[in-house]
Amino acid sequence: MSTVIEVEHLHKRYGKTVAVDDVSFTVGQGEIFGILGRNGAGKTTTVECLAGLRTPDGGTIRVLGRDPLRDHAEVTRRVGVQLQDGQLQDRLRVGEAMWLYASFYPDPADPAELLDRLGLTGRERTPYAKLSGGQKQRLSIALALVGRPRIAVLDELTTGLDPHARRDTWDLIEAVRAGGVTIVLVTHFMPEAERLCDRIALIDDGRVVHTGTPAELLARAGESTLEDAYVTLTRRTA
Amino acid sequence: MNTLAVTELKLFLRERSGPAFGVGLPILLLIIFGNLPFYHEHRDDLGGRTLLDTYVPILVAFALAMLALNVLPPVLAGYREKGVLRRLRTTPAGPIRVLGAQMVITLVTAVVAVTALLLVARFAFGVALPRQFAGFLVATLLATCALTGLGLFVAAAAPGGRAANAIGAAVFYPLIFFGGLFLPIETMPPALARISHATPLGAAVTAMQDATNGHWPHWIALLTLLAWAGGAAIAAARLFRWE
Repeated sequence: MSTVIEVEHLHKRYGKTVAVDDVSFTVGQGEIFGILGRNGAGKTTTVECLAGLRTPDGGTIRVLGRDPLRDHAEVTRRVGVQLQDGQLQDRLRVGEAMWLYASFYPDPADPAELLDRLGLTGRERTPYAKLSGGQKQRLSIALALVGRPRIAVLDELTTGLDPHARRDTWDLIEAVRAGGVTIVLVTHFMPEAERLCDRIALIDDGRVVHTGTPAELLARAGESTLEDAYVTLTRRTA
Repeated sequence: MNTLAVTELKLFLRERSGPAFGVGLPILLLIIFGNLPFYHEHRDDLGGRTLLDTYVPILVAFALAMLALNVLPPVLAGYREKGVLRRLRTTPAGPIRVLGAQMVITLVTAVVAVTALLLVARFAFGVALPRQFAGFLVATLLATCALTGLGLFVAAAAPGGRAANAIGAAVFYPLIFFGGLFLPIETMPPALARISHATPLGAAVTAMQDATNGHWPHWIALLTLLAWAGGAAIAAARLFRWE
């Protein structure tokens, strides 16, 4: 399995606050790789550095062998990103958003087909501001996939989705991976990590405390559920 | 065809406030003024011209200021606040193209507004077109640059769309006062007129009046506009953040 993402000793601070202290991991081609951790652990900053949105203060990042900052154009063509707090223009319609984002990429997916897979058919003319939280989330996932990326980075994939939509989204993610796309998933929703992830990096306080399969994580923590393992491994020793 | 620019244009038209305030309102004011007999009297304090003659360049400057300060900044600051620009940074298109599309939309709307004002004034109310037409175009273009630069500065300085609205208005009203919307510069007390000449709208209106009367705009007025354009662009570029 070839490596598509390499993060080595990533360090990032905002002023005096250290957001990411020392994070290293690699992601293989076709994996679903989970980044888990508490709020403020440094997950989002890590994926923002992967996406070339932030300049690391230390360490190196290679995405498909390239530097996300220096080779920004090249990396953005091959990496689809779903951001946690990215909104669209209020009056932009679902269909327009899909065609607009499709126009950014050399060989985009069929917007209509993607909308269908995300259960947004019939919503093409609905303005963004009129969508429900779940619909906005699904549109955001569709936009991350419309460029036929080799890697999809999804931050808080199913936040705001009801259980049915969540399961449909999981099925979609598995189907996308079956098509050869590598997926980086940021989450703190344990059932999601358990169901989808091949491997997990557990980040706490800006550092990786564990990397491995969900089963390895359980064994290491001596717990029977991922949620318990997560709590044990990220417990503050105060 | 550039899908991004077309999409932004659709949103601009759908929003309606841009066309309404940037084109509709100046035309409405022109029609109101044009229907008041008082505005058609030849006046000695205006060099024998009518008040309506004087007001056409003022309304042109008003339209430009409206677009640059009240329409453009809330859009850009709102996009930043919502994360639209940030989202675009993760695509091959990048947010700079949204900025470009918005500038083009502002420019095209300005051309529509100025053309409509001059034509309505000419054919509905008999106001002569600017006699030094090239000079008028140069003055209008420099005024657009200066005001758009200020608009970008407001968009850069404001944390969000609402704040941009407020700051834009706070800059807009003093500027249109000095541009002579309430009291033409020719009729201002000398001290006020001197301040006015140093402001972007005062300089713009002065340069446009020169051209309307058949003279090449005074170089000091053009230089003032150029200085505002340059200064505002530099300040905006230094302050502007994508997120």
